Amino acid sequence: MGGRYQSNKINPQSFGLSQIKFYVILIPLALLLLLPIIFIFTTAFKPADELFVFPPRLWVINPTWDNFARLFKAMSTSAVPASRYIFNSIVVAVLTVTLSVVLSVAAAYILSKKDFPGKQFLFDLNTLAIEFVPIAVSVPRFIIISRLGLTNLFISNILPIIAMPVGLFLVKQFVDQIPDSLIEAAYLDGASEWGIVRQVIIPMTKPAISTIAILSFQSAWGSVEASNLYINNDAYKTFAYYITSFTSSNTSGVGQGMAAAATLIMFLPNLLIFIFMQAQVMDTMAYSGIK
Amino acid sequence: MAGEQMKFKEYLQKRKDAKPPRSGSAVRQADFSLLLLVPYMLAFLTFIVAPVIVAIALSFTDFDSVRTPNWVGLQNYIYLFTQDSTFMQYILPNTLLFAVIVGPVSFILSFFLAWMLAQLTQVPRNILALLIYSPSLVSGVAIQVIWVTLFNGDASGYLNSLLLSWGWIDAPIQWLQDQRYLMMVMIIVTIWGSTGVGFLAMLSGILNIDQELYEAAYIDGLRNRWQEVIYVTLPSMKPQLLFGAVMSMVSTLQAGGIGVALSGSNPTPNYAGDLIVNHIEDYAFNRYEMGFASAVSVVLLIFIFLLTKLVYRFFGNGKKKVAAKQLAYQSDGKPYLMTKGKDQHGRALSK
Repeated sequence: MGGRYQSNKINPQSFGLSQIKFYVILIPLALLLLLPIIFIFTTAFKPADELFVFPPRLWVINPTWDNFARLFKAMSTSAVPASRYIFNSIVVAVLTVTLSVVLSVAAAYILSKKDFPGKQFLFDLNTLAIEFVPIAVSVPRFIIISRLGLTNLFISNILPIIAMPVGLFLVKQFVDQIPDSLIEAAYLDGASEWGIVRQVIIPMTKPAISTIAILSFQSAWGSVEASNLYINNDAYKTFAYYITSFTSSNTSGVGQGMAAAATLIMFLPNLLIFIFMQAQVMDTMAYSGIK
Repeated sequence: MAGEQMKFKEYLQKRKDAKPPRSGSAVRQADFSLLLLVPYMLAFLTFIVAPVIVAIALSFTDFDSVRTPNWVGLQNYIYLFTQDSTFMQYILPNTLLFAVIVGPVSFILSFFLAWMLAQLTQVPRNILALLIYSPSLVSGVAIQVIWVTLFNGDASGYLNSLLLSWGWIDAPIQWLQDQRYLMMVMIIVTIWGSTGVGFLAMLSGILNIDQELYEAAYIDGLRNRWQEVIYVTLPSMKPQLLFGAVMSMVSTLQAGGIGVALSGSNPTPNYAGDLIVNHIEDYAFNRYEMGFASAVSVVLLIFIFLLTKLVYRFFGNGKKKVAAKQLAYQSDGKPYLMTKGKDQHGRALSK
């Protein structure tokens, strides 16, 4: 009475007729999910007359770079040039990604391979913290940051977001898979603790590292919290903050085209980084389970 | 007796030997290894754990960000649940409705998308996965730009224009200003952006299930794909399901600002789209009643904590021993209860 088992169901190696039904559901659904993003692309390249077309049309007939030119022109009239905001955002993103990767990997190595009192507690606390919604504690976070004198500094953009509980969690799941014998062998070869992190842990956790790099890049690149709350000096604020304040007042007509161009600038780095690292990310996610 | 004493002495000596020497490389290693943990923990405790503790402490005070806070006991909590009519009338029902729909729907959607994707060949799978994941690459700013235009309230809004031309409506609908529709739009937009990390985790969870489990299950009498999902796929990927559930819960509650972003007003029209996170920000940054805002934060954190407990229980993946066992099949197809990392005779599996 048992059903027939087809060996190529999950992760099939070749195309089969039985897969057609999934394409029939998935392709329209994926396009539906993609529609708003297509809208951003086409709107960003629409010339002024097409932005005002009635009824509204998704496609662009005569694509132009006008909106981008207008956007940068509009931004250059403010006290701080747009290039400064972009520079800030790039520095914030690079430093945040670097620091959060190094911190997570080092901490994951210790929590996975060393024994000390309170180790399990710290890891459990970290896992619990994945569920903390940062926005819920934005008030006390603000109080702590101002008491520490971290307001109005460039590093206020970076410090609050370098510890990423989800990142530590994912890397630790990976370090758990590294056999102790590899680490012992490195010890015998005279490697220091930091040497072990560099020569053993980092090469063997690359998929997890690319995952947290993506996640922390996304959080740093799109972060407006610091610019909103902790920083008054316009020269230290981020591009995301500038775009937010710019787009919230420009949602129709020509402004709409500029807002779409700005959104595209924010979106593309996220997309490109993800595409480059997709395969690695999928490897990490195999170990993402909470046990 | 003497023999036992000797044994005890030996034992003490062994314990002494087992301890690291007081000087030399071992101690330096121990110190240095702790140093590697310190930077992360410093940032983690300062910016993630300490705010929670401060929130709990402040929730019992009347802190207004200027004067020294006074201890007021449970007054903030009592006010929240008995006097704060906005909270009881709008915020709490809104948050519950939003969470009850968005959380489960985004979780189930993520699973079914992942499950279907897992049954395609690799190249189309990766392309479709990228397309489906891409909404979560759109940052908070863009959400506003996109959806405000698509749901624009006059006839030039994409949705209104479409519905008008199809003759489904006679006059444009104020999707974002009308209290009847705002919540619906918020739910749609949040579900749209919800296929994120949890979705990826579930996809690779399904891909990593041992093929032999399916084969054995079919020999054992499994009849169709539905049974396959229920008896093999879901139980085999519980850890990823739990991770996905936690992630979809977190992103649901994180999406607090969406109502304000869409309607362009704070508070939203007739509080129709105000969620608990808006209430916190309203009291903290508009009225500077930090003590009260902290109490609302603590209520939210307790809510999240209880929800997590529920999710853990639902997936039966707590710290109980039983949960570590899973159904496995012998080579002849007979099912047996397997303890993770051990074979059917209880011997540890070597990897």
